[in-house]
Amino acid sequence: MDSGFAGAMTRPQTRLSRDALVLGAMALALAALSALWMFQGLGAGNRGFILGLRGGKLAALIAVAVAVGMSTVLFQTVAANRVLTPSIMGFDALYVLLQTGLVVVLGSAGFTGLPPAGKFLSEMAVMTALAGLLFGTLLLRGARDLPRMILTGVILGVLFRSISGFLGRILDPNEFAVVQSVSFASFNRVDVTLLPWAGAVTALAVALAWRLSPRLDVLALGRDPAVSLGLRHRATVLAVLALVAVLVSVSTALVGPVAFFGLIVAGLAHGLMRTARHAVLLPAAGLSAAILLVGGQWLFERLLGQAATLSVVVEFAGGLFFLYLLLRGRIR
Amino acid sequence: MIRIDGVSHRIGHAPILHDISTQLPQGRLTALIGPNGAGKSTLLRLIGRLEPLQQGRITVAGHDIATTPTDRLATVMAILGQQTAIASRLRLAELVAFGRWPHHKGRPGPADRAKVAQALEAFALAPLAHRFLDEVSGGQAQRAHIAMAVAQDTEWMLLDEPLNNLDMAHARGLMRRLRLMVDEGRSVGMVVHEINYAAAWADHVIAMKGGRVVAQGPADEVLTESLLSDLYDTPIHVGQHQGRPLVLHHC
Ligand SMILES: Nc1ncnc2c1ncn2[C@@H]1O[C@H](COP(=O)(O)OP(=O)(O)OP(=O)(O)O)[C@@H](O)[C@H]1O
Ligand SMILES: [Mg+2]
Repeated sequence: MDSGFAGAMTRPQTRLSRDALVLGAMALALAALSALWMFQGLGAGNRGFILGLRGGKLAALIAVAVAVGMSTVLFQTVAANRVLTPSIMGFDALYVLLQTGLVVVLGSAGFTGLPPAGKFLSEMAVMTALAGLLFGTLLLRGARDLPRMILTGVILGVLFRSISGFLGRILDPNEFAVVQSVSFASFNRVDVTLLPWAGAVTALAVALAWRLSPRLDVLALGRDPAVSLGLRHRATVLAVLALVAVLVSVSTALVGPVAFFGLIVAGLAHGLMRTARHAVLLPAAGLSAAILLVGGQWLFERLLGQAATLSVVVEFAGGLFFLYLLLRGRIR
Repeated sequence: MIRIDGVSHRIGHAPILHDISTQLPQGRLTALIGPNGAGKSTLLRLIGRLEPLQQGRITVAGHDIATTPTDRLATVMAILGQQTAIASRLRLAELVAFGRWPHHKGRPGPADRAKVAQALEAFALAPLAHRFLDEVSGGQAQRAHIAMAVAQDTEWMLLDEPLNNLDMAHARGLMRRLRLMVDEGRSVGMVVHEINYAAAWADHVIAMKGGRVVAQGPADEVLTESLLSDLYDTPIHVGQHQGRPLVLHHC
């Protein structure tokens, strides 16, 4: 065999191990940050209680990070570009609209009185059905050109938000306060009651995405090559959209809508990994999101003493990154 | 054999194909020719189930494309469309390796790797194997796409204008390789614009115009002066070269 053949055999191996190294380093960094989060400044008294609080919040932050990172990478794979994210397309606005709709129907007492898990799971189911219907038609119709997709997303997002806003206006002040609290992102106010459910759902979604990952690699080639290689394109697109809807429900239920965070994280995953394999990209996105969230929240909550809020900084940086991607014309 | 029975196709309200019935013979190299907009790509895409079949019936080597599972079809035919933009950022070796996917579904074995290495070698891509698709020339990218279809190792290969972007030497190399594959028992259907490639290498020619098949048969029966002049609405002279038709259309 000549050198070309040998090259074709060995090079992917070395690249794989480089990717594995980066992933390992990221996992270590996350472990270190988590330890810091748990044990830094831990006094003598009430250890169990404080550790419980901190542990709950850490788990929630990691679940949100994984949900946001993976949903963005997944969505970018079905949409065949690197600029769109579920939130730019109005996914989380849809979730907020669902919640607002519930408040309107049930009243704030009814809304807050609902069992949180049942509420969360049914909202998630409705969300999955709606997202499949809406974005499934959009993507399967072949609305591939980016300007049209962005426009559609912006229009859908504005539509969902303004319906939520309109519903908010016809509510009484108490009910409106409930709506307000679900429509803005905050990493400080994590809804820990949902954690076991959200965590289980996230774990399930991670497992499914992992199983799908070879098929995702084929899907990412685009429709024609994917069909030609025998991928059941329509079914795969719908499955991925369902996963995205579930993951967005998790992150929105726990911390509220985060617009541009996913964009940063997916950009980081693609930039760090330089491979198109989802078996590598998905963990990279989840890990970098977790590092940013846990590290950032530690910084803002413990060191800066809430002088600024993480969500604002993250959204600001993400917005700049979005503009940068658009201006550079780097849309694939 | 690929059998096409009563296939009509519309896009919106515009009729594109009108009740087409024809066959691509087994173990032959078939060239689809015709002017721009004749419906060649549409027909090829319908055969390759890239477009849903609206009316009529198509079978590929006995498999009805409407009822055979798509992953089964992928082991029977490979299709390379006219538009070959790939969404993800891949190295050439990775792209060609996807050709094996229908066989291993994500877990490539040594046999798969060997086929990929062979295909890279066959299209002189081994030195470029680790370049990204957007870092090679148009012709090199086109060769990588063809190599992917070849690596798929199917009984049927359907190629839409595979000679696009290829220089003279590589175009000839590709035709020779396809010829070789056909002589070894595989079957090829391809859309060809440069009519002399059809004249020199094809066994069977299907001529289309306005969404209809206007002529079909052995290459030297179809590639005649009167038929080609009508097909392309332009005067065409057909000579002979080494026992094959030679189409002169430059003057
Ligand atoms: N999306 C579309 N909407 C409307 N008409 C279309 C569309 N795509 C193709 N057509 C029309 O269908 C007809 C057949 O197109 P097709 O691509 O099959 O032609 P072709 O023979 O492959 O041409 P070429 O040699 O230019 O590749 C053309 O008249 C074309 O204008
Ligand atoms: Mg065409």
